Amino acid sequence: MAHKKPKLAVWKFSSCDGCQLSLLGCEDELLDVAEQVEFAYFLEATRAKVSGPYDISLVEGSITTAEEEERIHQVRKQSKVLITIGACATAGGIQALKNFADVDEFISAVYAHPEYIKTLSKSTAIADHVPVDLELRGCPINKVQLLEVLGATLVGRKPNVPNHSQCMECKMSGQVCVMVAKGQACLGPVTQAGCGTICPTFDRGCYGCFGPKELSNTSALAARLGELGLDSKQRSDLFRTFNAAAEPFAKESVKHD
Amino acid sequence: MNTKNTQQNAAIVIGAAQLDDLVKVLRKDGYATIAPTTRDGSIVLEEISSAAQLPLGLVDDQQPGAYRLSKAKKPAYFDFTHGAQSWKQFLFPAKEKLWSAHKTAEGFQVEASIDAPKYAFIGVRACELAAIRIQDKVFVEGEHVSNGYAQRRKQALIVAVNCRRAGGTCFCTSMDTGPKVKDGYDLALSELTRKGVHEFLLEAGSASGQTILKRLTGRPAAAADFKAAQKASDKAAQSMGREMPKGAAKTLANHLQHPRWQDIAKRCLDCANCTLVCPTCFCSTTSDSTSLDGQNAERWRTWDSCFTLDFSYIHGGAIRRDGAERYRQWMTHKLTHWHDQFGVSGCVGCGRCITWCPVGIDITAEVRAIAKDK
Repeated sequence: MAHKKPKLAVWKFSSCDGCQLSLLGCEDELLDVAEQVEFAYFLEATRAKVSGPYDISLVEGSITTAEEEERIHQVRKQSKVLITIGACATAGGIQALKNFADVDEFISAVYAHPEYIKTLSKSTAIADHVPVDLELRGCPINKVQLLEVLGATLVGRKPNVPNHSQCMECKMSGQVCVMVAKGQACLGPVTQAGCGTICPTFDRGCYGCFGPKELSNTSALAARLGELGLDSKQRSDLFRTFNAAAEPFAKESVKHD
Repeated sequence: MNTKNTQQNAAIVIGAAQLDDLVKVLRKDGYATIAPTTRDGSIVLEEISSAAQLPLGLVDDQQPGAYRLSKAKKPAYFDFTHGAQSWKQFLFPAKEKLWSAHKTAEGFQVEASIDAPKYAFIGVRACELAAIRIQDKVFVEGEHVSNGYAQRRKQALIVAVNCRRAGGTCFCTSMDTGPKVKDGYDLALSELTRKGVHEFLLEAGSASGQTILKRLTGRPAAAADFKAAQKASDKAAQSMGREMPKGAAKTLANHLQHPRWQDIAKRCLDCANCTLVCPTCFCSTTSDSTSLDGQNAERWRTWDSCFTLDFSYIHGGAIRRDGAERYRQWMTHKLTHWHDQFGVSGCVGCGRCITWCPVGIDITAEVRAIAKDK
């Protein structure tokens, strides 16, 4: 008799759906994934819902409302392994820009009827609310890393998701350093690798989509960016994107406000 | 590969246009001809099929944290020094599959994997030859042999080139590794540009080098050619952009608690660029991957660096958590403990770690700063 397949659930909080889409975007490997797990809850793929508990939960998005604050606890309770996917879930996402400003001002500027908007003053990572078993970085996440994490979780081994700098990936792939050879602004030295070296391949510095690497010496990099001609606002803006609320990036951007 | 020179080095002079004949002969012999070429504003090492792909008429300006290519006054092939890449990436590739395994009814079956193309390296500098010899000690001459490296190295043919100018971060003279190649090559090129005549002095350094040399058309080398080549090497030796202070090994060993380490840590990004561009750094990690259905597994060896947290991860956690500890580990290993371990310095004076450090930390300046406190 065949073993019962592990149940996989994919949950969405405040996000753009792009990371869930990375799972659907697996195309060639999607059928292999479907052979190994049961898509028990994955609204972007199927309206069919299978009730919990779930063996693996992938959580996309940040917490920006009181409803979400409550719902993430329900998800955690129903999940054996909870993996957060993407910059929103791991660091609050681009919507965490509001953490640096007055939310009420934003609301009154954007909405005709601000009284209908109920939102928290800050966008926060899932790990700020419930215990998380593994965080998968990126805006969006990388398909190869997602498959690695799923494969490793299914066989019960530690996934190979390095926490070293983007520079290591550039050097290992033979990419010429855009910062040294062209004087371009680049967050690669303080950013965790994983995207597959997208921006430098297209002659652009790293935007830090995968968030700060461990031991992220942002102040040393910011000083160098200043020497390369970036003014304070440009430096603040560079650290304040998809991972704006990740601690090392947040602290550095505030220094240049 | 032949690391011993033949007693009498055969030498001829070929016209610059005949450089392509050398590439053709090597390719005819089945070599993948790897040489400097340009990509994305830098010298890179890639397979070429013709001498026309060599970076004719380019020089490099190298400073701490900055690298720029520009047009040379004289259109020479090898007047740049080098880019971030070194021959390490071919002999000790960044990613190498060690073996794969698949499940069987009885357990699992392992298949070893060695990818060993037959390389001809064209344009190997003296510092880079020294680096290759150091990696030979690590991968072939020690107790544990890396089969992949050994096989690639054994098959490789080396066409060295003597530097005529030094880069802004070069310091090979103070490491006694250059700028003129001494041995360890199959063929050595010295570029000669005299009164509008562009030629190469081509010397054989091994039996295989001799054989190749005989298949090329040139005139016999005269004393004046050797003299011109020597003069160019001397000029390079006198124009080194940097100098490693004498007694660096002892200086560092005596100052393991020096405040300078904390000062470096404030500037260091722990990005690992210095270690990956270093032609002698040999650290790697291995990782296993499995297919989604659990039927197949692979073991890969990939470059690693003492600047990562995982590098020092042992039972109980990582032992080198801050930047000062990591930089000190790298620098003292390179300049001090390497002597104890392999009988030579781990630094060949190529200056890559200075140029390609995004914040321009200069290993020679750091030694000098520490040496100030006797």
